[in-house]
Amino acid sequence: MKATIRQVDSVTVVDVSGRITLGEGCTQLRELIRDQLSKGNKNILLNLADVTYIDSSGIGELVSAYTGVSKQGGGLKLLNLTKKVHDLLQITKLYTVFDVHDDEAKAISSFSKPTT
Amino acid sequence: MTPESSVVEVTLESDLKNVEVAEEITRRVAVTAGFDEDEQHRIEMAVHESMINAIWHGNKNDSSKTVWLQFQIHRDRLEIRIRDQGIGFNPNSIPDPLGSDNLLNVSGRGIFLIRAFMDEFRVENTSGAGTEVTMVKRLSSGIQTKQGGTDREHESHNSTS
Repeated sequence: MKATIRQVDSVTVVDVSGRITLGEGCTQLRELIRDQLSKGNKNILLNLADVTYIDSSGIGELVSAYTGVSKQGGGLKLLNLTKKVHDLLQITKLYTVFDVHDDEAKAISSFSKPTT
Repeated sequence: MTPESSVVEVTLESDLKNVEVAEEITRRVAVTAGFDEDEQHRIEMAVHESMINAIWHGNKNDSSKTVWLQFQIHRDRLEIRIRDQGIGFNPNSIPDPLGSDNLLNVSGRGIFLIRAFMDEFRVENTSGAGTEVTMVKRLSSGIQTKQGGTDREHESHNSTS
């Protein structure tokens, strides 16, 4: 897994590529989220457009990131799901848990809107 | 085993890096069996999750142990067997990951995904001989194998990579 971090307004956009699977991929994602939270970056948008593979552990890592950021009073949202990742989130009923976007500008602006 | 089936067997060292090796073999077998790209990915994921279970949970990440895989390509289905050297598990003891209390659990989705992606899933725990899972995926259209599907073929590989 590789990740590039950009700051857009108050939102930390993380462009993730490669595999989010048990082992290195999950560990990297966990450390990345922990690092951003420690810096006070609590609005995180994960761009998964270039994620080639995600397994059950990777899904678990996304859930862990989501709950961890939420507990800190922030928000973690997903951007540009591939069909494979979209299908996995549908099957596991997590599609309704995550706030999923396919337009980066709209995703970023959604962080400033109050959640219902 | 029928005269129409092809068999591929491989024994891999119990190391997470061999999960990708198993995926690559699975992809090739699934192509040969005649599955489309989406189905290839689902079968590959089922093997990925089974390999993780075998290496991580079954063999406890002990690289001195092995994982055995067998692929049987039949006219109408692909049967995959994966055996570790662990003490076994009861798949019914795993909480339903779709339950409202479990939806945000970090783990516990592997077996669920295997069941979602494959048509059949069975677990046999054999005392002293490890755990063997059997997964079956049927060719929904009944199409024939692309190559070698009607030949008697038996390949055996051993990898310590």
